[in-house]
Amino acid sequence: MTSVLYDAPGPRAKRRNVILSVVFVALLVLLLWWVYKTMDDKGQLEWSLWKPFTQSEAWTTYLLPGLADTLKAAALAMVIALPLGAVLGIARMSDHRWVRIPAAVVVEFFRAIPVLLLMLFANEFFARSTDVSSEDRPLYAVVTGLVLYNASVLAEVVRAGILSLPKGQSEAAQAIGLRKSQVMTNILLPQAVTAMLPAIVSQLVVIVKDTALGGVMLGFTELLNSRGTLAANYANVIPSFIVVAVIYIILNFILTSFASWLEGRLRRSKRSTGAVLGVEDVDDLNAAEVGGTFGTGAEK
Amino acid sequence: MFDFISDYDDPTLLGAFWMTVKLTVFSGVGSLIWGTLLAAMRVSPVPLMRWFGTAYVNIVRNIPLTVIIVFTSLGLADIFGMTMGAPDDFALQGFRLAVLGLIAYTAAFVCEALRSGINTVPVGQAEAARAIGLNFTQVLSLIVLPQAFRSVIGPLANVLIALTKNTTVAATIGVAEAALLMKEMIENEAQTLLIGAVFAFGFVVLTLPTGLILNWLSKRLAVKR
Repeated sequence: MTSVLYDAPGPRAKRRNVILSVVFVALLVLLLWWVYKTMDDKGQLEWSLWKPFTQSEAWTTYLLPGLADTLKAAALAMVIALPLGAVLGIARMSDHRWVRIPAAVVVEFFRAIPVLLLMLFANEFFARSTDVSSEDRPLYAVVTGLVLYNASVLAEVVRAGILSLPKGQSEAAQAIGLRKSQVMTNILLPQAVTAMLPAIVSQLVVIVKDTALGGVMLGFTELLNSRGTLAANYANVIPSFIVVAVIYIILNFILTSFASWLEGRLRRSKRSTGAVLGVEDVDDLNAAEVGGTFGTGAEK
Repeated sequence: MFDFISDYDDPTLLGAFWMTVKLTVFSGVGSLIWGTLLAAMRVSPVPLMRWFGTAYVNIVRNIPLTVIIVFTSLGLADIFGMTMGAPDDFALQGFRLAVLGLIAYTAAFVCEALRSGINTVPVGQAEAARAIGLNFTQVLSLIVLPQAFRSVIGPLANVLIALTKNTTVAATIGVAEAALLMKEMIENEAQTLLIGAVFAFGFVVLTLPTGLILNWLSKRLAVKR
């Protein structure tokens, strides 16, 4: 394998690579052995602690309802945030300054604030100013916090998606006499939505991960929260953490793979303009780059 | 209107934000070191190291930060008895555990930012450097890394800003930083909107200069291609 950093290895480099590999394996084995030893010393490898996960009760009582709540909150947040984000994103590209500037301020503001602050605020707001029952309140607060944050991230996704389309698209539309709103709704948006799909799916990973905050800070009964109840019942802190982490990894891995598959498919597709907002762009959009837009898909 | 703020002295409002800054700085430095090591592994010629780097990044990125931070407290500290050199001082212990969790998580993103920076350097640059007779160290230090570092500032700035926001997750294990103080204040005081605005303003103050300065720097230093 050649890269910008090194050539295809010759005989000497091959020998050195073998030695490095052996040293690295030794270190890795040492680390794994240490983890095994510590787990064993603290009695975390006892079968009785792991056994609950082979029986249906732990799953039907704790993990699956928790997972269902995680998915419910994530799905609700995405469904509400997407149209909101589309409106904000389009408003930010408006020709009128009085539309463009407020939209930009809203988007930059909510992206600069940690999602936990938004959740805490929403929770208190619902407690004081609305009659949402205290059972439903955590879900409402989590979804509200996620919507406020993700609508502003998705607004940037929408904007980057529209900007990623070739200029000829809007020029051609204007040339045949379409109005500004027609150019947007008939020409740009349909293509941008396709280009945005991978980015939207990988934003779902961010949302799923953020639901866990609501579990700990607001008592929302999602997966991480259910893990606490489960561990209190079976006294298996470490095994329950490992199982829950694996569930998150599998869920998010499926979403990420789906996004990459979509991205590859769109890039190969002959019918579209080939503009795609990729999985990697989402990481950049999630950091509030207040006042700047480095690394958005628009520049690529 | 702001009277209630002076009622809180453990920590004070500024003290809580100072804790946020400390969390950001310590985890920032730590994750830069660990992330650079991971990135070195991911681009190294040894397949096994590449494999380890990839596996680490893909696993850690897919676990919620909250799970990692809560695990450092309930798992590492309570079950495995890792006291982080502060067996009696629980505030310090919580702080160190939070930094450990933040480093483990953020390093995966630092690694990806660095790797994408290295990938922006075209292979032709290294080939041309070798063609004029530079040796390996010269190629790396004179041609490849200077270009890679410049293109990495933008993505790394994004990671730093995301880290600043992520330090609020430390509130889940009781580190006395801004989000925990906000939770306490907003539950006890009547001025919900005002408290929300004060803390939001605090985070805007923390992230805005970082974003502006680093954005300016990355544009200034960018290699024009």
